[in-house]
Amino acid sequence: MSYSTLVNNRIRMSKSTIIFNIIGYSILSVLALLCIFPFIMLLSGSFTAEQSIAQYGYGIIPREFSTNAYDLLFKNPGEIIHAYGVTIFITAAGTFFGLFVTSMTAYVLSRQDFKYRNGFSFFFYFTTLFNGGTLTIYIFFVKYLNLKDSYLALILPLLINVFYLLIMRSFMASIPSSIIESAKIDGAGEFLIYVRLILPLSKSGLTTIGLFILLGYWNDWYNAMLYISDYKMYPLQYMLYNMLSATEAISRISSSSGIEISNMPAQSLKMAMAVIATGPVLLVYPFVQKYFVKGITIGAVKG
Amino acid sequence: MQTSNREPERVGIMKNHQFLNEFNKNKALFIMIAPAVLLTIILSYIPMSGLVLAFKNFRYDLGVFGSPWAGFENFKYFFLSGTGARVTFNTIFYNLINLITSQFLSMLVAIFITEIFGKTYKKICQSLIFLPYFISWVIVGTFIYNIFNYETGTFNSILKFFNMEPINMYSIPSAWVWIIMIFNSWKWVGYNSIIYMAAITNIDAECYEAADIDGANIFQKIRSITFPSIMPTIIVMLLLNVGRILRGDFQMFYQIVGNNGQLYNTTDVIDTFVFRSLLTSSDMGMTAAVSFYQSVLCLVIILAVNGIVKRVNKEYALF
Repeated sequence: MSYSTLVNNRIRMSKSTIIFNIIGYSILSVLALLCIFPFIMLLSGSFTAEQSIAQYGYGIIPREFSTNAYDLLFKNPGEIIHAYGVTIFITAAGTFFGLFVTSMTAYVLSRQDFKYRNGFSFFFYFTTLFNGGTLTIYIFFVKYLNLKDSYLALILPLLINVFYLLIMRSFMASIPSSIIESAKIDGAGEFLIYVRLILPLSKSGLTTIGLFILLGYWNDWYNAMLYISDYKMYPLQYMLYNMLSATEAISRISSSSGIEISNMPAQSLKMAMAVIATGPVLLVYPFVQKYFVKGITIGAVKG
Repeated sequence: MQTSNREPERVGIMKNHQFLNEFNKNKALFIMIAPAVLLTIILSYIPMSGLVLAFKNFRYDLGVFGSPWAGFENFKYFFLSGTGARVTFNTIFYNLINLITSQFLSMLVAIFITEIFGKTYKKICQSLIFLPYFISWVIVGTFIYNIFNYETGTFNSILKFFNMEPINMYSIPSAWVWIIMIFNSWKWVGYNSIIYMAAITNIDAECYEAADIDGANIFQKIRSITFPSIMPTIIVMLLLNVGRILRGDFQMFYQIVGNNGQLYNTTDVIDTFVFRSLLTSSDMGMTAAVSFYQSVLCLVIILAVNGIVKRVNKEYALF
């Protein structure tokens, strides 16, 4: 029985407990509202008529309901669909390869009979202590690997995350080594053991780390800003960033939809685009939240 | 092919029979770890050598190693121009205030969520507070624009509602210290509080039962049981953050402040400075100097702090 249920079961509450709960409820409520408030404003802004935004600003509820921004975005959805396609491709490829390399490496590092596992662990860990920073990686990518305007430049930087590698290792360390031993006696090779035995046994670990990697790719705009200059290759988040910061993106929509740039609902359009870019994450959030909590918890325990 | 690629660098490190024996025994494991090792070498270890640019006069056509040496000129320029002091100060300053506020709030949230009544309510609160972690900084940038833009922002709408003069936040550099601090916490408190919650749920329930019998109230229990028990977690979190004290959260600063020249004095950190000079391709040498100085100092700091912690209490050390 956990401590909180113990308290819940107690009928008699002391004065200090009541005070504590009042403070707790107030602080948590305020923080929770602050966290959700910008999302509501964003959603409301995207459904507000442009002149209403210009006159009264954004509100919690649209003053003057309008789907104008969405109509405009979906009238000529080519660019959005394309950006979605880029993001989905990058995310799928990155998550697949990232998960594959991470889990395979974590498996080797979790093997107690692998003599150099600590040495290799430190080899990976050291990169978190010391690295050349953006400049050196940028020069290396652009000058020596020729990755400017290449999707590889969006996939490679996020492929291996040492933190996820260590979490994955602790997931796998809980698999009893006797299972591996008996598979070996049956004549299975190491790679076969990993594919047939370890992967099915680490489903929850794979889901957790897979979701972390996936979220990283989905939300990435930074590498696109560094390496992608062709707007046809923009992933969703970077396209959104461009719409927010540069008028150039808005004017592209204007010319493709045939609406004068001065008549474009620029404000609500930005909001609608942000909703479209974040929508999928928010929709799956309730279902995947527990995996993230689990991953962070395991990472925390390992320190 | 993978094995032959990685042999040269391994051999350099360990030239003894032991290694060969181990390699023959566990060939498959070595092959399986090879892709990650290769990727790490390509993505981290090779670019590290680019730091040598700090001592060079970088010319794109000559490359990293072909460029002529420049001695300490790059460092001299970076520090004498005043840029060095400014961005270093800003980076450390923001990291410190962000560290204190976000860790304190996270701890508070974790303690409240684990100790108050109402399971459903706690779950809802936790979900909402964790939500900002899931969105990109681009969206956060949108929020900030929504709130603070002069013409249509919520902040000015509220001021107008109370018949006050609207304020142009983008011309008040000092306000951004607060905005950055608040949004940093906003984004990370949910994540960090889960770490503290993990530590709190690991506390032995018997401690609390014993305290109940002794008649301790909830505040006393938090002070004498919860707080000391999560001390190792607090120290590890501090250590991790102190080790990164010279690294600014580029994505946050860039999305919150953007290319707003008016705000550079108070919001320019090392990482935004490096990025800007990358974009404009100016002062590559100086940029390399600041990268070098940032990387090396970060390593020195984390080794020093970890060493001190190790001396005080071995269990709290990172490695």
